[in-house]
Amino acid sequence: MGSNSTTINRGLTKRIIPCLDIKDGRTVKGTNFVALRDAGDPIELATLYAKEGADELVFLDITATHEKRKTLSELVNRISQHINIPFTVGGGISSVEDVSALLANGADKISINSAAYKNPALINQLAKEFGSQCIVLAIDTKKEADGEWYVYLNGGRVKTDTRCIDWAVSAVNNGAGEILLTSMNNDGTKQGFALDINKTLSSLLSVPVIASGGGGSLEHFKDVFNIAEADAALAASIFHFNEIEIKDLKRYLHANNISVRL
Amino acid sequence: MITIIDYNTGNLGSIKNMLKRLGKASQITNDINLIENSDKLILPGVGHFDYGMQQLNKSGLIPILNKKVLIDKIPILGICLGVQLLTEDSEEGVEKGLGWIKGKTILFDKSKLASNQKIPNMGWADIKNYQQSKLFDNMFEEPRFYFVHSYHLSLENVGDSLVTSTYGYDFSAGIEHDNILGVQFHPEKSHKYGMKLLENFANNY
Repeated sequence: MGSNSTTINRGLTKRIIPCLDIKDGRTVKGTNFVALRDAGDPIELATLYAKEGADELVFLDITATHEKRKTLSELVNRISQHINIPFTVGGGISSVEDVSALLANGADKISINSAAYKNPALINQLAKEFGSQCIVLAIDTKKEADGEWYVYLNGGRVKTDTRCIDWAVSAVNNGAGEILLTSMNNDGTKQGFALDINKTLSSLLSVPVIASGGGGSLEHFKDVFNIAEADAALAASIFHFNEIEIKDLKRYLHANNISVRL
Repeated sequence: MITIIDYNTGNLGSIKNMLKRLGKASQITNDINLIENSDKLILPGVGHFDYGMQQLNKSGLIPILNKKVLIDKIPILGICLGVQLLTEDSEEGVEKGLGWIKGKTILFDKSKLASNQKIPNMGWADIKNYQQSKLFDNMFEEPRFYFVHSYHLSLENVGDSLVTSTYGYDFSAGIEHDNILGVQFHPEKSHKYGMKLLENFANNY
């Protein structure tokens, strides 16, 4: 491990981002916080994370009904009234109108995934209309037997022949302001982040990379920052089930000379 | 009453919500009479400099803003794009800024950034050289603020600089010139540090 990557003062701290899955306005995965009055209330959980030191939050809406747009906007509005850190909203966003409604209700950023792949012009439209800083491109990627990372769509159900690197580069050229990279090989394993593809993208791209999938221990977060040079790390269940407390994680990173907001 | 100026750019709700949490009344408006009767102004904004100035011009609010800020001298706080609009112009576009602060807004100098330093400067960063302002009264130790910007202030008078931050090099992250204040970061997204700053703006000016 060269010392350069840790000693350069980038001026920015590494970010820890809990992700909340939302369905019909409620968090879907269970949580393990005894302190919460209502474990399904995204606002209560988000407020707790903000208090514990989360740097940002991601809300991923998996509602599939026609009412989705309205319930999500209402939820985003409520979130913005209670949360004093930036938050991103994603899940099924496919148009300028979708984004406009979410930003107007207080979201700081939105994330797009399959819709952007199917209609790459969307990224450019959104970047022009709202600015790259609020356009997060989410990529689900999987390493195949040939050793290449490929893009998957529709929540990982549909494989494409596009290499993750190629898609990320073209999306950034089109105006994506940040990449949220989820490794399907690592997601849910708690065996660590995919260091190779995160490092490749972090060093190749001119925008921040949020690493997602596989974080299970304090060391995993240290490695994704030090070795893969990710700008941020996202996780869900390890935070929801209190396996790692954000406060402890940040103290650990700080003790390991990684710049974090304490 | 604190007025958050609505000129059709960005998300104004979170500023109002944070003020509400602090128990401070505020309104989001583009109504000239309401602005005339305000004690304090907040000029928010995200996005492109030219778009921001075009929206301000289109809103027809510039004369009343000039009056309130330059003649009545009520306190104004620019946030993010809002502070950049206070300068004379920006490398981001061709529109003239409000010009209340001597200086301009310039792109981060890539030649001074490390190869892994990306533009925009996006995330939490610490700040320096801020002790002397009422905006930072009783600020928490080692404050960090949330930044999202590709351009930064380049002030003609060093004395106007309220606070600096570092990204590749030191840059001015805020201004204070008489009643005119502004910060490059987002206090409304900067946790307890930002809440304290907004509270200080509401209480101390």
